[in-house]
Amino acid sequence: MGHPALAEAFTANETRAQWHDKALWFVRQKRDRMASSVPEWEELRETASAIKKHTQSLLADYLQEFEKNAIANGAVVHWAADAEEHNRIVLSILQQNSVQRLVKSKSMLTEECHLNPWLEQHGIQVVDTDLGERIVQLREEPPSHIVLPAIHIRKEEVGECFHEHLGTEKGASDPAYLTEAARQHLRDCFVKAEAGLTGVNFAVAETGGIVICTNEGNADLGVGVPAVHIACMGMEKIIPRAEDLSVFLRLLARSATGQPVTTYSSHFHGPKAGGQLHIVIVDNGRSDILQSEFRRSLDCIRCGACMNTCPVYRRSGGHSYQSTVPGPIGSILTPLQTPEKHSTLPFACSLCGSCSDVCPVRIPLHQQLFSLREHLDRKKLLESGKKMQMKLLSTVFSKPWLYQFVGKVARKALRWSPRALVYSRLTPAGIWGRSRELPDPPKKSFRELYTDRAKNHAETKQTPESAGS
Amino acid sequence: MDCATVKVALFIPCYVDQFYPNVGLATLSVLEACGIHADFPSGQTCCGQPMANSGCMDEARPLAEHYINTFAGYDYVVAPSGSCVSMVRNHYEHLVAPDNQQAQEVRSRTMELSEFLVNVVGQKFRGSFPFQTGIHQSCHGLRELRLGSCSEAMVCRDNLLQGLLEQLDGIRFSELQRTDECCGFGGTFAVSEAAVSTMMGQDRVADHLQAGTQVLTAGDMSCLMHLDGIIRRKSLPIKVMHFAEILAEALQKNHAEQTVTEEIG
Repeated sequence: MGHPALAEAFTANETRAQWHDKALWFVRQKRDRMASSVPEWEELRETASAIKKHTQSLLADYLQEFEKNAIANGAVVHWAADAEEHNRIVLSILQQNSVQRLVKSKSMLTEECHLNPWLEQHGIQVVDTDLGERIVQLREEPPSHIVLPAIHIRKEEVGECFHEHLGTEKGASDPAYLTEAARQHLRDCFVKAEAGLTGVNFAVAETGGIVICTNEGNADLGVGVPAVHIACMGMEKIIPRAEDLSVFLRLLARSATGQPVTTYSSHFHGPKAGGQLHIVIVDNGRSDILQSEFRRSLDCIRCGACMNTCPVYRRSGGHSYQSTVPGPIGSILTPLQTPEKHSTLPFACSLCGSCSDVCPVRIPLHQQLFSLREHLDRKKLLESGKKMQMKLLSTVFSKPWLYQFVGKVARKALRWSPRALVYSRLTPAGIWGRSRELPDPPKKSFRELYTDRAKNHAETKQTPESAGS
Repeated sequence: MDCATVKVALFIPCYVDQFYPNVGLATLSVLEACGIHADFPSGQTCCGQPMANSGCMDEARPLAEHYINTFAGYDYVVAPSGSCVSMVRNHYEHLVAPDNQQAQEVRSRTMELSEFLVNVVGQKFRGSFPFQTGIHQSCHGLRELRLGSCSEAMVCRDNLLQGLLEQLDGIRFSELQRTDECCGFGGTFAVSEAAVSTMMGQDRVADHLQAGTQVLTAGDMSCLMHLDGIIRRKSLPIKVMHFAEILAEALQKNHAEQTVTEEIG
């Protein structure tokens, strides 16, 4: 099932769709207030974009610099060409350390690689420790947003879920009560964990350090107790210098949730005393994107602002994208990796352009979505009916006489056909007409009226006395 | 600019030609009120946007070439549509050769009506339109042609359409909860993602209803076609007019009162 069908199912529950839209619009407004409080906001975006462009153009060099410095700090650096290799590396680290229980903070990369089911198959207990992620994990569903993974779930549903899994009172939906229950449950998991896995927000080439941003402090708790810390990162997470953080950290939280900064921005330079720090750097298709016209999509810092502003995402829900990263940025990244499976995503967009203006690193998101449609056409992945319609339309519009003729016939047909036929569900007009009236077709087109008008003018000029007033 | 000698061509988008001829006539009247007699090259058809937005560049290319040939030699090409103008100015670069001098000239001289009236002609309009007017900021005009400030960018820009309408006596503007959210038309999106498109349109209409909009206007008839379709299906008390129609109507009334527009450009 493609995006349109899943989106239609989501909108069918109007109350939920309205609530989802408003919840995310609220976050967008918080972001607006924060952004407007920084006079140099647009300059910051431009700087971030320039740093990213520079970094991606020298990515191999910066990756090597990072590796060298990370090793000097005492970390072990692993390279994974794809998701499978990434998963094997993580499993082997866990097995070498006889780890049975793993706690994870948020990592969209491990979602992309489907790490959790792989580890569980191999007998490892995995607990996601971000509250939203834990909720979706208990419900056995994927996150629907990269920053707010459980934004599609109402507090009553969280109450039911916690009642079933954590033994909270039946019918309880008070957020403070439920959060406290989750806190106690997660504390227990943190204490018993034998390894902690985190994502990486920024990897600094010049220091070999990594930076992890959370609001719940769960990354710090997760790596604080166990001896083994595994940090998984896409290879595009590199920034050249520590001082570049002064640009990205200011943009990230403001764009993501409308906070001035994430509650915890934790810097790790090597393992703690007696511990291990493993950094797994993953390609998984990124090199191909880097060499394509869509390379700027790799600049993404995963703030989620494009989702919050996207009028389609807000009304269709994250799951309708069937993609680890949903929304505008996901509609670029995912079809680039699996175009056959995700060919409807670049069209889940009205090309309103709000995502491009909200993006803190100035990825021209809607322009990339536009170009991606052509990319799909080149791969012969456009819906065949649509392609045929466009071929036909192009032929009609290429010949002015044919266009005028078809226009006239179509208007006549619309005027004279019975309503039931015009609004039958089989045609594009019928699909339009499910919820909207078609325009009333006029008897004459503009060009006909223009010709009439010119004739009248000419006659008026010839016989000015007959012009009336 | 000398309005009497400038060579202006009118580009009337295909769906306006077929379904909204009054918008074309209003555009012509507004230009004439500025002393500009625009040509309507009869060979014009479609800018190719439906094909390009569908990814069908091979199908859009002949139409881009046709557009360039049709409008070569004019000082300006003016269209009452931000979306079609953006197609020509911003997206033809994928369709015509960069060294085609003529194409580059036609592209850069193609202008949306409000930007032509404000930035090129500099005309002041006098007239009256005593209605609560709701402005729908069409996305391509707003974010691709930058005809105003959009809420997510921290950049101040003049809102050209509102600036034009503000000159009319008695006009009042609706205060919307979401000033520039997309209406959900989006070309073929309106059909391929009909459910989301409809919900977006219904939400925009609801915002205008709560704001007391009597007349809903925009720079793009395509957004208005979609919103009007929703308004008429629900028999809601909002009238839809392209801003050229508002200007033309206000000017006509004014003309009847023997007050002539004054030119400052």
